[in-house]
Amino acid sequence: MTQSSASTSLSIVLTGSGGAGVMTAGQTLLDAATSCGLYGLMTRSTGPQIRGGEAAAMIRLSPRPVQSHGDRLDILLALDFANVERFAEELPLDPASLIIADPAAGELPDFLKACGAVVGLVPMAKLAKAIPGARVSMIALGVLARLIGLPEIAVIAAVAESVGRKKPEFLAASEKAIRLGTEAAPDVALAGLALPAEPPLGRWSITGNEATGFGAMRGGVKFAAGYPITPATEILEWMASALPRCGGVLVQAEDELASINMIIGASFGGTPSLTATAGPGLSLMTEAIGLAVASEIPLVVVDVMRSGPSTGIATKSEQSDLNIAVYGLHGDAPHVVTAPLSVADCLLTAQWSVHLAESLQTPVIMLSDQSMGQARVVIDRPKEIALATERLGVEARTDGYARYAQTTSGISAMAIPGVSGGQYTADGLTHNARGTPTSQAKDHVAQLDKRQRKLDAFDFGTHWAEIDGEGELAVLTWGSSSEPVREAVAAARADGIKVRLIAIRLIAPVQPALLAAALSGVKRVLVIEQSHTGQFWRYLRAHYDLPRDVVPIHCPGPLPIRPGQVHAYIEKGAQA
Amino acid sequence: MNMIPGAAALKPADYKSSVKPVWCPGCGDHSVLLSFQRALAELALPPEQVAVISGIGCSSRIPAYTNCYGFHGVHGRSLALATGLKVARPDLTVLVASGDGDGFSIGGNHFMHACRRNIDLTYIVMDNRIYGMTKGQPSPTTEPDWETAIAPGGTGLSPFHPLVIALASGANFIARGFSGDIGGCARLIVEAVRTPGFSFVQILSPCVTFRPDQQRGWKDLVHPAIVPETDDPARAARRLMTDDGFNVGVLYRGRREPYQPSPKTNFAPSHLESEFTV
Repeated sequence: MTQSSASTSLSIVLTGSGGAGVMTAGQTLLDAATSCGLYGLMTRSTGPQIRGGEAAAMIRLSPRPVQSHGDRLDILLALDFANVERFAEELPLDPASLIIADPAAGELPDFLKACGAVVGLVPMAKLAKAIPGARVSMIALGVLARLIGLPEIAVIAAVAESVGRKKPEFLAASEKAIRLGTEAAPDVALAGLALPAEPPLGRWSITGNEATGFGAMRGGVKFAAGYPITPATEILEWMASALPRCGGVLVQAEDELASINMIIGASFGGTPSLTATAGPGLSLMTEAIGLAVASEIPLVVVDVMRSGPSTGIATKSEQSDLNIAVYGLHGDAPHVVTAPLSVADCLLTAQWSVHLAESLQTPVIMLSDQSMGQARVVIDRPKEIALATERLGVEARTDGYARYAQTTSGISAMAIPGVSGGQYTADGLTHNARGTPTSQAKDHVAQLDKRQRKLDAFDFGTHWAEIDGEGELAVLTWGSSSEPVREAVAAARADGIKVRLIAIRLIAPVQPALLAAALSGVKRVLVIEQSHTGQFWRYLRAHYDLPRDVVPIHCPGPLPIRPGQVHAYIEKGAQA
Repeated sequence: MNMIPGAAALKPADYKSSVKPVWCPGCGDHSVLLSFQRALAELALPPEQVAVISGIGCSSRIPAYTNCYGFHGVHGRSLALATGLKVARPDLTVLVASGDGDGFSIGGNHFMHACRRNIDLTYIVMDNRIYGMTKGQPSPTTEPDWETAIAPGGTGLSPFHPLVIALASGANFIARGFSGDIGGCARLIVEAVRTPGFSFVQILSPCVTFRPDQQRGWKDLVHPAIVPETDDPARAARRLMTDDGFNVGVLYRGRREPYQPSPKTNFAPSHLESEFTV
């Protein structure tokens, strides 16, 4: 396996039992590194328990932007060994890695012994005990700061920023603990990261779920309804306080059936609306999404995918809801499916999804996933994209308004309640141009054609995919697989391999002409995705003319696709 | 309220659309439609300020027969759809129409939560104790011994008591009407709309095709509520628990404040960017 960027980034994981402070410490470390001018990524891996289970904060820091994990870990710091073996597959340790453990935690678990990493013992619990009010995790932060080369003052400032100011005693104890941790760190030579002399201002620290909520609000969403579900809840929680500040509201529904119908009602009333859920919730919503297709109600459903089917692994990622998102509705129900290509891209994709829903008067399902939604990244301030989002409406009239009138674009003007003369009944029943129910074949076909025409005739512009590079080899991917693929492609190009990267943001409707142009001259295509059955590959085969030589590469979650794995496939694919 | 200044007063017929109802001749729902029209005229609401929301079933066909904005959605979810509409558009008068299958069976959970939420909606359930559109299956309010093809010999189950559930779940206004009394039902709808919060009106509306017993039988059985309306939930509970199912009138009118979440400020979303800036 190629270590594509070991020299330019450091990967650190903190593990401990749930409630031990692993996530808070990880967040603080990321904040401190950010204040020193580094970019970073933090993802969470947890079991299903709220407390007492296992937790791991996985952090990658780099002087260059990073939005996916690397191939290996430089440091594992274990606060304790409770259930750490459950993460064994998620922790790529090797003899060049460093394990920091507490001698009080007992003997090293077998898988940690077997990986050959150097072990440094620090009596973290004992050191913490010596300082009244200090937490073990703060000792750990001190140790890590020293190993990474972060000034301890930056870590102390990060603690102060998050909780310390409200609790001066806790801050004082933490400061002592961090300093003590720094002193107790083992003297190990690690290739440190170059810190910029002047940390740049204006970077963002944001999670995929926050970016989704913010992007949707930039797109104009003023109403949200949702039902709690891992790993989508943070979108709802963030919007619950953000929306009322910006002229909107969020309602917690009694179930997903209610959430989706609430947003249909709000959107019928003229308010751009959104719900967020995960696979089980999307399954419950599909009937009403079909209603929104038939009655031509704009709305956005964000599915933050997790490992399925059924309850699956609620806390871990997978790209396996593509089929239900595309094919889950009964009848012929043209709608839009989008997918963000990175944590930061949740912002643009959510905004664009609202734009598409409102412009096309149809539901948009946006497929995010746990690995993006619950990950936090530090990024350069994203450009604000202007999208003219406007629903085609009507003014007061007296001329016998036809809500579903036939037009060239298929898009017909939508009256909203309050507009005099615009009254109509939106209906899931097959209807005619006036919205009146009918069971006649000609009306049925006319409205099916109209709804299909909306998608066929629309210009989706350049956002449909991210495409770069040249050569006869192409990698075709989507969603959260895109970032590790991007990193692998960069590494392969650095080795002199010519490879194109095509990451598709618009899953449905398909764009055969655009993809054909993007693949012009390509002889071999690697299709990379995180699903057991190769849902994306099969979808592409069904709808696109691909070159004859297609290599499907698909593996289920929850283990992330690593850049090194992809790099190896590219190297192999580049051979004749 | 919401009267257009200078506009001529609207008559009941002005609230009727040109769409011809699919209901069987003699169906109670025809009369409920007339009550709707009378109530809206009495309330003097401009039709474009009214939305009639429904699910699936015979009764749920009503929105298209009015001249208001309407939504004929999926089975059982009318209250959820109406909730979203009313929260987003508090300026509208939102009426929800349903039946005993749509409202109490597939939509039962939403019924409970709509009562609890107490949003300013008027919920009118046309109860005929049968699934009519699918040709005669027992609903949650069907008598235990009513013979049907899907439940030979009857269901053997006690009927659901929607008014008791409404009270226990927090509805602010509970009434019962009989479709045969068009003026009476219209008055109940007017009262329901005028009472803030979630108002529930059960209208006994006979099914002429699958419950031929109801047409004549119910006319004889209904009677005005003997005691006046109450705002005391404890009294109302006792009264509804001992109710014979044919008491007609306003049975409970509470004083709960309606739930209406509203924005605090109206900043542009860019205002939120500072949250993410480091």
